[in-house]
Amino acid sequence: MASLKDLRARIASVKSTRKITSAMKMVAASKLRRAQTAAESSRPYAERMERMVSTLAGALKGNAGAPPMLVGNGTDRVNLIVMVTADRGLCGGFNTSVVRNVRHLANELLAAGKTVAIMPVGRKGRDQIRRDFGAHLVDGFEQLGRKGIRFDEAEKVANRVIAMFDNNEFDVCWVVYNRFKSAITQEVTRHQMIPFESSVGETVSDSRAVYEFEPCETEILDDLLPRNFAVQMFRALMESQASEQGARIARWTMPPATRAI
Amino acid sequence: MMSAPVDMVVVPGVDGDFGAMAKHTPVITTVRPGVVEVHDGGKVSERMFVTGGFAEVTEKRVTVLAEDTIPMNEISENAAKLRHKEGEEALVDAKTDRERAHAEHILAIAGAMHDVAARRR
Repeated sequence: MASLKDLRARIASVKSTRKITSAMKMVAASKLRRAQTAAESSRPYAERMERMVSTLAGALKGNAGAPPMLVGNGTDRVNLIVMVTADRGLCGGFNTSVVRNVRHLANELLAAGKTVAIMPVGRKGRDQIRRDFGAHLVDGFEQLGRKGIRFDEAEKVANRVIAMFDNNEFDVCWVVYNRFKSAITQEVTRHQMIPFESSVGETVSDSRAVYEFEPCETEILDDLLPRNFAVQMFRALMESQASEQGARIARWTMPPATRAI
Repeated sequence: MMSAPVDMVVVPGVDGDFGAMAKHTPVITTVRPGVVEVHDGGKVSERMFVTGGFAEVTEKRVTVLAEDTIPMNEISENAAKLRHKEGEEALVDAKTDRERAHAEHILAIAGAMHDVAARRR
């Protein structure tokens, strides 16, 4: 039976824990607002660019000179999975759900006899997946976006991936990240980036034929594809960061979680 | 950056500047460093320096996906010189084709900035 003194100590301890979690919540709330605005304002640009690429992709379909980043290098043997998670925990299922998705994808690919490499962006995801897929890990990134994601950070990730592709280190590239839906919901999103696959669905096909291109399609694509890759990466990182803050707030706001302290 | 219904947009395409108005033939083009001019109501309503990017023109709209935009009042010969220096350093350090292309691109931006600043003087 706990003495009065023990109970007092317990009350004090719970109170101080609550102070910490409520402080975390407030910090996350202010970060959330900034991250959410950033993520949402990046969407139109990323979507327009993606639409432009799919227009060009449509115009070039079946063309022998099409760049490998668009149509692939003819094989799908080695798969690179870019896994975007947070550097820190205490945010509910945020990291775990991405890791689970990556694990599923990796298992599917391995079962189909393919080779899998996983590039972790964010420390938590790397730590979680190391146990089962340690042999498949390649160098990744962490500590991105300490003060909000900057484009050059996304470009750094993108350039590494593109350099690997140019070196024939992989054939297919996937990105798995949390997409921000609202402050309390995130959606794990899996997107095939190389060869290019549109995430917005097929665009209207009849408008494709009438476009003119200056200079020619392939030359634009040589510029546009790496650019698009960086932009989509930027977007994934921003979506992930906004989701992370949302998840952290939700984790510390839901009554069962607070009670579980 | 901005989205508005306007009369015409002048875009610095790789093969020369072009003005896009409604009913323009659909075009997709690379944009070279230069000034995007927005014309509305018979006068230039907005000018922006872009460092490059892509433009998509359809019958109904012009979309300029710029890499970066710089307000016109920040363009000066000094800024151009700084950019030029940065480009030359990058060119010296460049090892791969991609890095070399990037350095040349910075030099192109510097050139365009210089032209804009010189024209204003």
